[in-house]
Amino acid sequence: MLLQVLLTGVLIGSVYSLVAVGLTLVWGLMDIINFAHGEFLMISMYTTFWLYALLKFDPLVSLPIAVGVVALVGVLTYKLVVKRVANAPGLMALLATFGLSLFIRNLAQFLWSPNYRFVSESLLTDKRFIIGDLIIGLPQLVAAVGSFAMTLIIALLIKKTKTGRAIQATAQSKDIAELMGVNTERIYAITFAISGACVGVAGALLANTFPVYPESGAMYGLLAFVIVALGGFGNIWGAFYAGILIGLAETLGGFYLGTQFKYAIAFLIYLLVLQFRPKGLFGW
Amino acid sequence: MKNRALYLIFAAVLVLPFAITNVNFQHVMIMFLIFASLGESWNIITGFAGQTSFGHAAFFGIGAYTSTVLFYKFGVSPWVGMLLGAGIAAVISVIVSYPCFRLRGHYFAIATLAVAEIIKQLFVSWDYVEGATGISIPVVEDSFIAMQFHGSKIPYFLIGFALFFLIVMVARSIEKSKMGFYLKAIRESHEAAEALGINPRKYKLLAMMISSALTALLGTLYAQYILYIDPFMVFSLEISMKIVLLSVLGGLGNIYGPIIGAAILIPLSEYTRVFLGGTGKGIDLMIYGALIVLIACFEPRGIIGLLKKRGKKRGALYAKTNA
Repeated sequence: MLLQVLLTGVLIGSVYSLVAVGLTLVWGLMDIINFAHGEFLMISMYTTFWLYALLKFDPLVSLPIAVGVVALVGVLTYKLVVKRVANAPGLMALLATFGLSLFIRNLAQFLWSPNYRFVSESLLTDKRFIIGDLIIGLPQLVAAVGSFAMTLIIALLIKKTKTGRAIQATAQSKDIAELMGVNTERIYAITFAISGACVGVAGALLANTFPVYPESGAMYGLLAFVIVALGGFGNIWGAFYAGILIGLAETLGGFYLGTQFKYAIAFLIYLLVLQFRPKGLFGW
Repeated sequence: MKNRALYLIFAAVLVLPFAITNVNFQHVMIMFLIFASLGESWNIITGFAGQTSFGHAAFFGIGAYTSTVLFYKFGVSPWVGMLLGAGIAAVISVIVSYPCFRLRGHYFAIATLAVAEIIKQLFVSWDYVEGATGISIPVVEDSFIAMQFHGSKIPYFLIGFALFFLIVMVARSIEKSKMGFYLKAIRESHEAAEALGINPRKYKLLAMMISSALTALLGTLYAQYILYIDPFMVFSLEISMKIVLLSVLGGLGNIYGPIIGAAILIPLSEYTRVFLGGTGKGIDLMIYGALIVLIACFEPRGIIGLLKKRGKKRGALYAKTNA
């Protein structure tokens, strides 16, 4: 039974990680908290749902479309909103993205009502492996593997490609990056696109198993803040391990103490770990 | 000179609901007083001391629950509950902040958010205080002792005004005192403040204590005004964020910021709710969100920044330059 709980924790944790990776990129690069990140996830889930409901696309088929849509939303968010507040003092950028999250969430409610919607029959629905006592749902497994693959791609992209190195340089010093010929404007926009692509993948994969409704991204967004801080701001692998840890904390806590405490346990883990690592697990 | 502006604000606020007796307007004024005061309280720890709190709803909720539970279970006057709630909030704030003050910047901010969420979850599953169902405050006849007035909103307004006055004056005297300068020194550079012989942890704790106790007072008033509380309402991230937003909007780190911010944001949110909220389709919050984005985009230095730009000799109120 313990093994089953641990496995469930790792599987959901992997998705948490990917959502957090998207957030940590922007946060590490621009020192901006994107409060609308959870809403980006919700957009991806709705995109997947509507492609399924109207055009009978399987979520796995709509995944690239959802990625494109949310990446575009990310770029627009940067160009129209974040760019204007990026250099403002204090927490003004937070104010702007919080307003944006309210707007997007309630726009979804206005357009599509607060009802729960489900992708009821997809390629993966109800498929599962049974190994001994272990039950592994295929949708969960695909979500976890897909999320890990995307995290890996992003990490390689940041580390190996020219654009990735430009992102790293801009994160270290915007001015010096500019002197070296980096178009930082473009880098910011690209980073927002990548960030959107991360939740695009996560949302499409989650739509297989989770209900889609205007608030469906909110809890993921909140957990992502904690995961990003737990991993150390701007640290992709930090966010990855922290996501797994929070997933485990949530399922273990939910199993042994009752599901009503599962998020409380996750937040508690953050407070405890930060006592020993005040800048996150992998912060410096 | 500065004093005159402040007293002018007090006088204007005090006169308005008597001049305009519309009930909706009086409601907006009460909400304005509650949230301006919350912003002032929050400003002490975040604006002055630079320790961003995303979890002030925790103290607001503790204030609301302390007085409500005492009245609901034992018939204790909410006034007693209000003071007790402030005390409990102060104690809890010290207990949770003491370890959290090891953390800096965003790490601290996320920790406050985590603490508030944990406290919310505890109240949701705490049967003694009715858990997620929440508590309806038993209605009694109009009475000052029971802090319930059903005939008119004016008594609530006056209590709100008294708290507002008290809290602004407390914030102001902190700002002018040695402690205010210490806090600002800590905000600008923790290390430099420490090197000058200031004990940052002591002053941060003191500021947090005062801030959370004042926040709790308003929780009681809110509960008595709405006459119903549940954990999702009083401990919500929305409340924490509303406090942050209006203070940021007005301008961080001085006592006028939250007043100006609340004067813009609260009528905006209350009136959009009154006029557009009934549909249940979220139009009100949609427009409210869009307006916040617009204000942030076109006035990114806060309203205070706008006012300062209009000539005037400027003090270094929040001279934090961006890197």
